[in-house]
Amino acid sequence: MDLKELYKDVIVDHNRSPRNFRKIPDATRIQEGFNPLCGDKLTVYLKLDGERISDLSFEGSGCAISVASASLMSERLKGKTVMEAQQLFDRMHALLTREGMDSDPESLGKLAVLSGVREYPSRVKCATLCWHTLKNVLEHPGNPPVSTE
Amino acid sequence: MNARHDRNPLLMPDFDAPHWRRDFPILQQQVHGKPLVYLDNAATSQKPQAVIAAVAGYYEKLNANVHRGVHQLSELATAAYEGAREKLRRFVNAASLKEIIFVRGATEAINLVAQSYGRGRFQGGDEIILSEMEHHSNIVPWQLLHEQMGAVLKIVPITDAGELEPGAYEKLFTSRTRLVALAHVSNALGSINPVKKMIVHAHQHGVPVLLDGAQAVPHLPVDVRDLDCDFYAFSGHKMFGPTGIGVLYAKEALLAEMPPYQGGGDMIRTVRFTGSTWNELPHKFEAGTPNIAGSIGLGAAVDYLESIGMLSIQNYEQALLEYGTQRLQTVKNLRLVGTARHKAGVLSFVMEGIHPHDIGTIVDQEGVAIRTGHHCAMPVMEHFRIPATARASLAFYNTREDIDALVQALEKVREVFR
Ligand SMILES: Cc1ncc(COP(=O)(O)O)c(C=O)c1O
Repeated sequence: MDLKELYKDVIVDHNRSPRNFRKIPDATRIQEGFNPLCGDKLTVYLKLDGERISDLSFEGSGCAISVASASLMSERLKGKTVMEAQQLFDRMHALLTREGMDSDPESLGKLAVLSGVREYPSRVKCATLCWHTLKNVLEHPGNPPVSTE
Repeated sequence: MNARHDRNPLLMPDFDAPHWRRDFPILQQQVHGKPLVYLDNAATSQKPQAVIAAVAGYYEKLNANVHRGVHQLSELATAAYEGAREKLRRFVNAASLKEIIFVRGATEAINLVAQSYGRGRFQGGDEIILSEMEHHSNIVPWQLLHEQMGAVLKIVPITDAGELEPGAYEKLFTSRTRLVALAHVSNALGSINPVKKMIVHAHQHGVPVLLDGAQAVPHLPVDVRDLDCDFYAFSGHKMFGPTGIGVLYAKEALLAEMPPYQGGGDMIRTVRFTGSTWNELPHKFEAGTPNIAGSIGLGAAVDYLESIGMLSIQNYEQALLEYGTQRLQTVKNLRLVGTARHKAGVLSFVMEGIHPHDIGTIVDQEGVAIRTGHHCAMPVMEHFRIPATARASLAFYNTREDIDALVQALEKVREVFR
């Protein structure tokens, strides 16, 4: 398999200049995620305005896959509703962990570039860490840190 | 090429690594269509045909339980198992067979000492000296003792070169110091600690010393009597033997006083419901059916290492480490982590702006196997304020070409992130 399938330009770019890589001082919810296998650590900041995600950001250290995934996630979900975020989690989870095509890959847009991790079992968790962290903070605010192990 | 290398008589000529490499079937493989370059020896080493054959031969010809039957196979199996113990005794130069306890690995050896030696003997507030460069398996067993009976851990800090901070160790001794537990060689940094001097110092305070030799035994000659250590722990799988077998060496006088670690068959002399008595050493510490095939395989690994010679291995790996250090320093934006003056063949490094995990995946595509992560030494990562490193670790079957393949693969890494 060609490395370019994993390290697509979009991923390399989002790793180099991650979007929404900052704290939200008045965040409604904050959640830490941790991948003990590689030491990836990230914090997701979420600002809710009713059911709408008015701001979403993250900080932390991680590999290119985990940073790009979080960056793309934040870009995509800002302004969306909690329901839309949960639906997107399900689709991303399927995209990153299962064979078979998404029914509407077009609509995933840039997020589809992450599908390359499926060929690298040891890297799937890098891509899913931020998504699990987000899901957790949406469903159970105030939980202990999420671990992908 | 460095001129000094060309003059160095130790370098390569009198050590035929490619010859020894042919003894390792797994190293003949391809990975992702490229010849396998195995540089993850600190995690586990590969096994020579002689070890594989010894394990298979045991199951084909000798399999029976040990110390039990009167039948022929049981006697042969027992002789082979105890024969392996003798090989290990000789290999580390222990005074007696009673001092060689077969365990699962370094981890179990250290837990055995913590629970059997420490738990009953130490009191709340008693102190154990460790270092900042320990593997988790030489930290957590002592933390359990802390929880169980209030033992206090004192930590020798490391310098940015990855050496123990000069003078710090001696200052940690107090009237409450009960044990020193220290890596002989660090798995994350490669540092070889000045253990002999440190043992002399501990003994002046009447304090026994446990050495975690998991990364030392495969790479340099180890003589427990010369070191005068009280406990020495190591794993078979890192010294070209099978997984699930390792050794705790301990001085007989200490073992004689220690209570059993686990109860079961083989470790008893008599069992009555009113109380049992213990078998003699070393069997007192080997409850249940042991890893017979593993011990025999480890014995074969020792024979194999002795046929090469540990001193030759050490000298060769030293030269290869020097070569690797120089070559890696030519890679742009690469920084070595762990630059102790006395080092074994471990090359831990980080690359600016590129996470070690990505390095590992990309070099793997080139057939180069290295480890990335915290190497079970999170305090070391914390010291250097990095989440992880990439680590190439050497064995005697590695060559300069392996290092060159790594350096070339690292150029690929730089290309991907250009
Ligand atoms: C320095 C050191 N100590 C202890 C261990 C634990 O060895 P094992 O997992 O074989 O018990 C290792 C293995 O990684 C090690 O490198």
